[in-house]
Amino acid sequence: MINSINVALIGNPNTGKTSLFNRLTGLNQKVGNYPGITVEKKEGYCSLDRMNKAQILDLPGTYSINTSSIDESIVLELLMNKNNRDYPDVAIIITDVENLKRNLLLFTQVKDLNLPTILAINMSDRMIRKGIEIDIELLEKEFDTKVVLISTRNNTGIDDLKKSLINYRTLSKSTCLNLKNIDLKYFKNLQKLFPNESLYKLWIVITQDINFGEINRNKINLSSDLSIHSDKIIKELQHKETIKRYQIINDILKKAYSIDINKATDLRSRLDRVLIHNFWGFIIFFMVLILIFQSIYNWSSYPMESIDSAFAYISESIKQNFPPGLFTNLLSEGIISGIGGIIIFIPQISFLFLFISILEETGYMSRVVFLMDRSLRKFGLSGKSIIPLISGTACAIPAVMATRNIENWKERLITILVTPFTTCSARLPVYLIIIALVIPDQKFFGFNLQGLTLMGMYLLGFLSALISSFILSKVLKLNYKSYFIVELPNYKVPLFSNVFITVIEKVKSFVFEAGKIILSISVILWGLASFGPGEKFKNANEIVKSNPMAKEWSSEILEYEIGSYKLEHSYIGIMGKAITPIISPLGYDWKIGIALITSFAAREVFVGTLATIYSVGQENELTIKEKMRNELKSNGDPMFDFPTGISLLLFYAFAMQCMSTLAVVRKETNSWKWPLFQLVSMTIIAYFVSLISYQLLS
Amino acid sequence: MRTLDKLLPGQKGVILKFDKVNIPMKLIEMGCLPGNKVEALYFAPYNDPIYLKLDDTYIAIRKDLASNIFIDLEI
Repeated sequence: MINSINVALIGNPNTGKTSLFNRLTGLNQKVGNYPGITVEKKEGYCSLDRMNKAQILDLPGTYSINTSSIDESIVLELLMNKNNRDYPDVAIIITDVENLKRNLLLFTQVKDLNLPTILAINMSDRMIRKGIEIDIELLEKEFDTKVVLISTRNNTGIDDLKKSLINYRTLSKSTCLNLKNIDLKYFKNLQKLFPNESLYKLWIVITQDINFGEINRNKINLSSDLSIHSDKIIKELQHKETIKRYQIINDILKKAYSIDINKATDLRSRLDRVLIHNFWGFIIFFMVLILIFQSIYNWSSYPMESIDSAFAYISESIKQNFPPGLFTNLLSEGIISGIGGIIIFIPQISFLFLFISILEETGYMSRVVFLMDRSLRKFGLSGKSIIPLISGTACAIPAVMATRNIENWKERLITILVTPFTTCSARLPVYLIIIALVIPDQKFFGFNLQGLTLMGMYLLGFLSALISSFILSKVLKLNYKSYFIVELPNYKVPLFSNVFITVIEKVKSFVFEAGKIILSISVILWGLASFGPGEKFKNANEIVKSNPMAKEWSSEILEYEIGSYKLEHSYIGIMGKAITPIISPLGYDWKIGIALITSFAAREVFVGTLATIYSVGQENELTIKEKMRNELKSNGDPMFDFPTGISLLLFYAFAMQCMSTLAVVRKETNSWKWPLFQLVSMTIIAYFVSLISYQLLS
Repeated sequence: MRTLDKLLPGQKGVILKFDKVNIPMKLIEMGCLPGNKVEALYFAPYNDPIYLKLDDTYIAIRKDLASNIFIDLEI
C-alpha cells in the first residue's frame, strides 16, 4: 500500500516555485480550475520512495498570507480549511537565497498556522557568486523546522527535500510569533472568547474576512466587547505584527546569514540601464515585438503548410478507400477537416508561448511593466495591463484571467473590456489566409510585405485597445483607491524545462479546450450543410437536370452544379442567405455569411467553415487556400479581391466573436452586463469599420 | 524630512514614518517599515513610477504612493 502525502508548495513570486514544481512532478501534472473561480489549479504527483508518494499542489505566488487578490486568497482559504480535500499534510515554503528576509515573512505566517513547514532555500547555485553564507543548522534550530538548500537550476537538493517530505511527521508544529507580545490585552480577550482555537487563526478571521470552521467574523464581532471592527485599530495591530515578524527574522538572520557585498555582481544595473532607458528601452521593446511577430509568421508557415496538405490528403484518401455514403462524408468532410482546423494552430501557439515564457522567465516582462505604466495610465490602464495585452495575442481567455494582479478595479475592468481587441491566435488563421490571398508576396525594404501587413493587424488591435480604453476611462464612473507595486526580479537565464512545460501545457489546453468547440462546430456545420428542409433540397438532382442547359454540361460540371444547388438550399445556406442583405454592403456573399455566423462561436472556425462549404461544393480536393482563390463573384471577378479581403480583415479585427471569452469575462466581472456590452459594442464597431472600408476601396 | 517621491536617482534615505491609511499592507510586508533603508534607482519616463531598492527588495511604485512615505535623506 503506497502512502500518499498532500504537499502544498507556497512561495513569493519569482522564487522558482514553478521550477521546483516542474522538477518534482515532471510531466505528471495537470492544470485545472478551482471550483467557481478561474484561478489555475496546478497539481501533480511525485514518487518519494517505494512506499510514499506526494500529491503536490502548486499554489499561486504570494508575498503574504494576508490577501490582496483572488489568487492570493486561494492560499489562505486552503490553509484555513482542514476539511478541504487538498488540505496539506506538510507545506514547503520556497524562498530565494538572495531575498531570504522578505521571503521568510510568509514562512513565519504559514508556520503559525500549526502546519509542518519545510523551508526550501532555492538558487543555492548563486551563493558563491554572491558571497552568501548560511548556517543551516542554526536556522533549523531557530525556526524549529527542516531547512533544505536546493537549486532548481542545477537540480541539487531535490532528493534531500523528498526525504524531508517522507519524514514530515517528525517536524514540529510550533509557532514563530506569539501574538500576545503585540498587544497583550487585545489578544488575551480574543483567546478568552474562543479558548480552544488557534489565536493566529482567529486573528486572520478578523483581518481577512474569511470563515473557518464554525467561526466567522460576525460571530467574533457579536460575542466580543472589543472594538475589533475598528479598521484603524486592526490596521495598527497588523502593522505591529509585521514589524514584530521582521524583528524575529532579522534577529535570526543576523546570526545565521551573511553576505559579502563586494562580491555582488551588477548584472542588474548594467542591464537595467539599457532595458529601462527612457529612449532605448522603448526601442528595444519594439524590436523584441517585431522579432516575435516576424518569427511566428516565418517559422510557423512551413509546418502549417504541411499540416494543411496532410489533412487534405487524409480526407481525400478516406473518400477513395471507404464505401461512399453518409458516414464517409461525415468522416472526411466533418471530422477530419475539423481536427485539421485544430492541429493547424499548434505551430503558432507554440512559438508565441515560447517567446512569452522566455520574456517572463528572464525578468524582462517586469521591466516592460515599469516602462509602460505611465504611458498606459494615460489611457486608463496600468503598466500591469501590458501582460494581458501581450498574452491577448495568444488568447483572450488567459489574458482576461491575467488581469487579476491589477489591484485597481477600474484599471482592471478596462483591461478586461479592451483585451479582446488584441489579435488573438484564433484571428491568425483568418488573417494569414486572407493576407495570402489579397496581399502580394513581395519584399518591402527587405521585409516581407505579407509579414508587415500581419504586424499592421497586430498594431491595429493594440491601438484599438488603447483608444477604447481611453474612451472607457472617461466614460466609466468608478472610484477605487489605486496602488501599483511591482517587484523587479533579478535577471535570469530562462530554464529550458520551464519554457518547454509551459509551451506543452498551453498547446494541450488549447487542443482539448478550444479544440472541443472547434470540432463540434465543424461537425454541426457539416450536418447543416448536408441536410436541408423542403422539396428543393430533396429533389436537387432532378431540378438541376431539368435545367435546359443541363444537356450541354459534362458530368463533372453537373455534379458541381448539383452540389452547389444543394448547399444553397441546405439549412446553412438558408441562414447565410438570410443575412446577405445586411452583409453585402461589406462585400460578402452568403458563403462568407455562413462563416461569419459560425465565427460568433469562435473565430478560428472561419477557415474550417469555408473549407467545409467549398469541399461540399466541389469534388476535386484542393487545399483551402486554392479553393478560396478559385471562388468567383457573380460577375466573374475573384470573390476574395482586395476590398473584400480588407473588409474581412477589419471585421475580424474588431468583432467580438468568441463565446469562451464572453464566458470568462462573465466570470471575472461577476455580471452579464460587461460581456453583453463587449458583444454589442464591438460588433457594431466591426460592422461600420468594414462597411466604410469596403465602400471606399471598391 | 522629505517624502520618498522627492528622491533623485541614486539618492538614499531611511524610512521615518508613513500615512498608515494610504499605504497598502502589501507594501509594508515587502519591507516598507520605519528604519529600513531605501534607495531610488531609476525613474520611468515622465519620472513615474519610481524604481526603488527597499531594504533588499527591488520594487517599483507610483509617485502618488511614494508621496505618502516620509524619509530621512542620507548624505
